[in-house]
Amino acid sequence: MFEKRLSGGAAKRQRRAPVFAALGDETRLSLVAKLCGGQPRSISQLTRGSRLTRQAITKHLRVLERAGIVHSVRAGRESRFEFDPQPLVGIKEYLDVVSEQWDQALSRLKSFVETDGLE
Amino acid sequence: MSERIEKRIELKAPVSRVWRALTDYREFGEWFRVKLDGPFVAGQISRGQITYPGYEHLKWQAIVQKMEPERLFSFLWHHSFDPHADIFKEPTTLVEFRLEKIEAGTRLTLTESGFENLPENLRLEAFRRNDGGWTEQMKNIENHVRKAS
Repeated sequence: MFEKRLSGGAAKRQRRAPVFAALGDETRLSLVAKLCGGQPRSISQLTRGSRLTRQAITKHLRVLERAGIVHSVRAGRESRFEFDPQPLVGIKEYLDVVSEQWDQALSRLKSFVETDGLE
Repeated sequence: MSERIEKRIELKAPVSRVWRALTDYREFGEWFRVKLDGPFVAGQISRGQITYPGYEHLKWQAIVQKMEPERLFSFLWHHSFDPHADIFKEPTTLVEFRLEKIEAGTRLTLTESGFENLPENLRLEAFRRNDGGWTEQMKNIENHVRKAS
């Protein structure tokens, strides 16, 4: 059982690595941003307005797909790609970020009023 | 899960001082990092430009709700990451500052609620724009992947 857990850990690390790698790239982040509205898009749609070729975009999409961040769905004769942000940016994760921003703002407020608060 | 943020902080300053720091638009702008066009008036729109590093392209817009002197200041905060957005159509959260006199000075309670109004893509944008967001996000992804496997 212990062995099983160990090998499980190694497998997890292997699975996690492509997720990090996939998101650590400007082009792929911008693809994720385009897809995050929830509308599946074709490769042509994703290539439009980009300086990259269709082939390059396809390559990036495959990386995202292998990492499980996007999935391709058939729509008639073409493939469309869709992204589900929910697992990555659940409301809890968002609240953590906002919460951190408030901590910083309130600490600025604290030094602001405490430096001249004795008037 | 309650989709709100609540923070409580004790400030070594009189309630009147804290009230001014919250409701004087110039003072508010100092620590909140926004350049506001004019004073806060209950029931009216407050406009300005964010001065927080990395977010300077964003407009600030809120509708002041309550201004109960030295007790409660609240506003509806419009959220958008698109500088050209019609901000009135953007979703809002409610921000409330409650003040209470204590021996040491003032107890300030901040709440922000209504996050369920914000669409997912806005949340994703928040991570993209936030300096610490992606570092944080990597941890989240890691946790998520760990849970999922």
